[in-house]
Amino acid sequence: MKEWIKSGTPWIWSTAGGLAVALVMVFGVLWMTAARGLPYFWPSQVVETAFIEKDGSKIRLIGEIREREEVAVRRLVESGFTIPGNEKFTTRYLLKSGNRDVAGFDFKWYPAPLLSKFTYPDNVLTVERREWGNFYGHLKSVKENGVVVANGDFALPELQKRVERARKLFDEIFRIEKQEIGDVNFELEKLRLKERKLQLAGKLDEAANQSIQNQRLETNGRFAEIQSRLDKLRAEIGRDTLSAEVMDGKVVDVPLSKVSEVYRANSLNIGDKIGFYFRKLYAFGTEDPREANTEGGIFPAIFGTVMLVIMMSILVMPLGVIAAVYMREYAGHGMFIRVIRIAVNNLAGVPSIVYGVFGLGFFVYSLGGTIDQLFFSEALPAPTFGSPGILWSSLTLAILTLPVVIVSTEEGLARVPRSLREGSLALGATKAETLWRTVLPMASPAMMTGLILAIARAAGETAPLMLVGVVKLAPSLPLDGHFPYFHLERQFMHLGFHIYDVGFQSPNIEAARPLVYATAFLLVLVIVVLNLAAVSLRNKLRENYRVLEGI
Amino acid sequence: MDETKSNLHTITGAMRGRLLIDSLVKYVMTFGGISVIVAISLIFFYLASVSYPLFKPVEVSDWTSYKMPGGISANTVHISSEEQREIGARFTDNGVVHFFNMHNGKPFGEINIKIPDGVAVTSFGAGDPSDYTAIYGLSDGRAVVVKQTYTVTFDAANKRVIQPAIEYPLGETPLVLDKTGSAIQKIAIQGKGDATTMVALTKDGRLLLKGLTSTKNLLTDENQVESVSSTLTGVSGDIQDIIIEVKQRELYIGHGGQFVTHFDISDKSQPRLVQKQKVVADGEKLTALNILSGGFSLIVGTDKGNLGQWFLVRDANNNYTLTHIRDFKPMKGKVTTLVPEYFRKGFVVADNQGSVGLYYATSQKLLWQDLVGKGEIKAAEITPRANGLAIQSADGKLYVANVHNEFPEVSFSSLWQKVWYESYDKPEFIWQSAASTNDFEPKFSLSPLTLGTLKAAFYAMLLATPLALLSAIYGGYFMSPKMRGWAKPSIEIMEALPTVILGFLAGLWLAPLVENNLAGILLSFVLVPAIIMLAALFWHYLPENLTNRVRPGWEAALLMPVVIFGIWMAYDLGHPIEAYLFGGDMPHWLTTEMGIRYEQRNSLVVGIAMGFAVTPTIFSIAEDAIFSVPKHLTTGSLALGATPWQTLKNVVLLTASPGIFSGVMIGMGRAVGETMIVLMATGNTAVMDLSIFTGFRTLAANVGVEMPEAAVGTTHFRLLFVCALVLFAFTFIVNTLAELIRERLRTKYKSI
Repeated sequence: MKEWIKSGTPWIWSTAGGLAVALVMVFGVLWMTAARGLPYFWPSQVVETAFIEKDGSKIRLIGEIREREEVAVRRLVESGFTIPGNEKFTTRYLLKSGNRDVAGFDFKWYPAPLLSKFTYPDNVLTVERREWGNFYGHLKSVKENGVVVANGDFALPELQKRVERARKLFDEIFRIEKQEIGDVNFELEKLRLKERKLQLAGKLDEAANQSIQNQRLETNGRFAEIQSRLDKLRAEIGRDTLSAEVMDGKVVDVPLSKVSEVYRANSLNIGDKIGFYFRKLYAFGTEDPREANTEGGIFPAIFGTVMLVIMMSILVMPLGVIAAVYMREYAGHGMFIRVIRIAVNNLAGVPSIVYGVFGLGFFVYSLGGTIDQLFFSEALPAPTFGSPGILWSSLTLAILTLPVVIVSTEEGLARVPRSLREGSLALGATKAETLWRTVLPMASPAMMTGLILAIARAAGETAPLMLVGVVKLAPSLPLDGHFPYFHLERQFMHLGFHIYDVGFQSPNIEAARPLVYATAFLLVLVIVVLNLAAVSLRNKLRENYRVLEGI
Repeated sequence: MDETKSNLHTITGAMRGRLLIDSLVKYVMTFGGISVIVAISLIFFYLASVSYPLFKPVEVSDWTSYKMPGGISANTVHISSEEQREIGARFTDNGVVHFFNMHNGKPFGEINIKIPDGVAVTSFGAGDPSDYTAIYGLSDGRAVVVKQTYTVTFDAANKRVIQPAIEYPLGETPLVLDKTGSAIQKIAIQGKGDATTMVALTKDGRLLLKGLTSTKNLLTDENQVESVSSTLTGVSGDIQDIIIEVKQRELYIGHGGQFVTHFDISDKSQPRLVQKQKVVADGEKLTALNILSGGFSLIVGTDKGNLGQWFLVRDANNNYTLTHIRDFKPMKGKVTTLVPEYFRKGFVVADNQGSVGLYYATSQKLLWQDLVGKGEIKAAEITPRANGLAIQSADGKLYVANVHNEFPEVSFSSLWQKVWYESYDKPEFIWQSAASTNDFEPKFSLSPLTLGTLKAAFYAMLLATPLALLSAIYGGYFMSPKMRGWAKPSIEIMEALPTVILGFLAGLWLAPLVENNLAGILLSFVLVPAIIMLAALFWHYLPENLTNRVRPGWEAALLMPVVIFGIWMAYDLGHPIEAYLFGGDMPHWLTTEMGIRYEQRNSLVVGIAMGFAVTPTIFSIAEDAIFSVPKHLTTGSLALGATPWQTLKNVVLLTASPGIFSGVMIGMGRAVGETMIVLMATGNTAVMDLSIFTGFRTLAANVGVEMPEAAVGTTHFRLLFVCALVLFAFTFIVNTLAELIRERLRTKYKSI
């Protein structure tokens, strides 16, 4: 034992322990996000049980078990529960009972000792709604204009048929609201700006005014026509309702216009569940958020992140590569290049929020403000480029990721063997040609690595974006069918900010939690994949050079 | 060089194009490289340029002077001005209001206050400057309330036209203050909304209080005025100043050359004398008294030029006492005039030797001081937006100047030291930028934010430094290449994980978990290392044919299940321990038994989460330094008979120590500037304590939260830039230092 200590082996083990802890932490975090994010789409079993209230009365509970934890009994007693026995700790369950519109709450913790046995009745209906969250209950009947059309065993097939119809109508209404009305609004805004522009230039004469008024009249007419069509559809969709018995025994009517999906979670077989899972996964990636971002999909956030990253890449790549080429190929070895190198490394160490402050002050207020005065004076005082937007965000991120690109590119350039360069020069190529034809192509995987790392960094960066362009809910995407298609001044949604916003600013945090985990998992997945790609690319590159150096 | 040049003439056609492109590329590349430097300096200079105006001295410029509008036959009792700083108003002691152009003194008309025949003006009082209400006391015990109004219209050419006027908000008939008809010698008024309060001193020495409340009859739409009067008693000596606070609940009387007596007048029919307080030093005389905007602070001026600030401070029994808060740099002569700003806590002071000073209460600063005109200053006015100064000197002229004084709140003491803010019971460090009302006193103490930043970094480094350095030593020296192949990328992924994910996990998962299993979490910090050592010992006693199957350099992989087991065990033991030792709830026990406040989102949670974020940063730099220690050094040491551990201790660590040090520094730079984790995993309250169980607010998180809401160009906006600049400068210094150390290390490695 003494000898063992003297040999230093325990120290070696303790260093190994340090690494083991670090690795456990990494895998723990990855596992955490996956384990909590992935089950979000799986249809959960619906539990039915009874609970002894504080006043001793027994009530029925229906809902999904969301979480289970061990909690100090003292805390439960403090909040008014009477827990039998004298254990210090007990289990409690978080039940998602849905029906927020009926009960006023949809999530609640229940101490296990006060709950009866859990049962999973086959016929409990889960209704996913577009408003007020999920609904759970025993289906009683289906009504058309208030008249029962099916009940008992016939209710469910009838209901599914009618839900399908309502969903189609909803999609149509959604399309009209989003596209046709969007078009009309866009045109009206354009007309207003045109009028204002002419007015500012002093050219708004009688004829111009008349033509604008005519166009406006015509557009308003179109709007009225769309509106009347919408009204008809809305009346159509409001036709059917379902009525079901909820957990406290009341029978509640749910209009099908708000229903997006109905199913009996406890009687789904495994194939149904898998199908359900992938359908939900698809919807998650392609739909817009609902209910203050706590439900629905995250499509705009994915879209915004991707577009941001692409724009950033376009901006950062030329700059980063040029800077790296300059540092490696053109600058000498003097004091100057040392300063640049330190500066680049510094740029990498500056807190990202500082970039945000800089971006807000310099890009948004100074540059954007000037652009507005020069080119968009008709829209003032409403800012066009003088407010946070995707262009400024990608510029800010481009500066932020610049060192990543420079460092990797430089590494790639440094590894191109001298002999190749000298060979090219000896054959009469100029330095620029050597660079373009020999050095850069060989270093291109290194640039690629830099780009991937930059993308990974940009995709996850949130703090600076909070200042320069991200919003919790963007009314329209930065890319759409209206001229000029790219709207660089628009604000956008972003995965990282979505996590922060939904996780911390949401009014109904329990409802939002699984969605945030799912979003987080998506983001982590993207970043892990990008990083692994960069790592393998880099390793391959190093391998290639090693071979080359042997020549 | 010359030769090449001459050759160029002979080169033609395609070749020339190629060379042209060659030099073009060179310039483009050089330009690109230099622009990187420019970008960095741009960030620095931009941040500095936005922050700089905060520290610029106050500028009073463009002095003009002109003859007193209305002549000097009558004395000025009050000067006022309108918001755009175009029109000034001078009230004289014969009941005339002269409006004039502030820029050149051109008269804008004069208005005689309507006073009954045979009655003379005997006194004047002005209400809160922003309210424009004033009162004239008359020789028959009555008084007239007047109010300046300014109507802004735009003429045909879209030019702004301001039309001044005088209104009589309580009617043109004078109000009866003293029924016996004694002349009113001193008078004060405060009127806001429907309530008006007046206090008058009659010639025979009575102090009268009158409160008027007008209510609109909803049915008849008529105004009904309710009037309450009473007489104030208990004030001795010569009454100098009467000051009614703007909310009309407190009344201050300056009297007897050295006292201020405070009355509670919330009930106008029963005024209550609260306190008589001596407000000047022995041997000095009170010569000027006024109240600052907002109605909290009294400023006291004396014949020796001393200036003090006083306000009501609540004690433990909920009693308010007038307390001396701070002194300001004295004026040279006797203080004659003391005028507050309209909306901020600034004031103008003038003395009998002709010098004028601009002060700011919160920052305890004398912003500017100079001599104006000749001789004593008769009256002074600071314009509503605090951008202009008008001074009447004894030489009969009005001196007007522009004032650039946008950021008086900022001083060394207000940013870094305890400040006694209005309505607080002691000096404190507070960051509270949100303005709920117009006369809110902003609290800009950077101390709690800086302390919070350091606290966050400290707890993060407490976890990250040992973890990262141990891992780096193992990774750089003991780990087998094969394990390295997957362990290093894993750590790189750890570094690449977005902090928003870490913050989210810390805030929503870890924080409740820690609160619920505090004993277990704390235990794991001891238990996990202990179990690792036990496992190592156990390994030592295993038969060799078993241990030999695992090659050296794989210990860390072997230990991973052990670590998981250790954490699980600590987690499992936590609740029984809490039940046994801490009454079943450790946070509760900490609060009730130990008096330690426990917050759910606390430094422990941030320490773990940010430690996680910082570990890979330190790891990769330190590991790089250890790994690149030249192999011949270590092999030499081993060949001489040293054990691997001795080699590591005496050769590797010694050589790599500068690199390790720079790794720790860069890690600290990252911890200081980290935003999202702190934002999500703490409560973000700016407090000054170091407890591991409470939260904090860091500079970075503060910027992240407040920047989007800060109005451009305000003190708040610029202070946030200062925060960013501080972060930038800190990381810049730390990183440069670390970089220089690393560079030196690299050269050293090359040479050996």
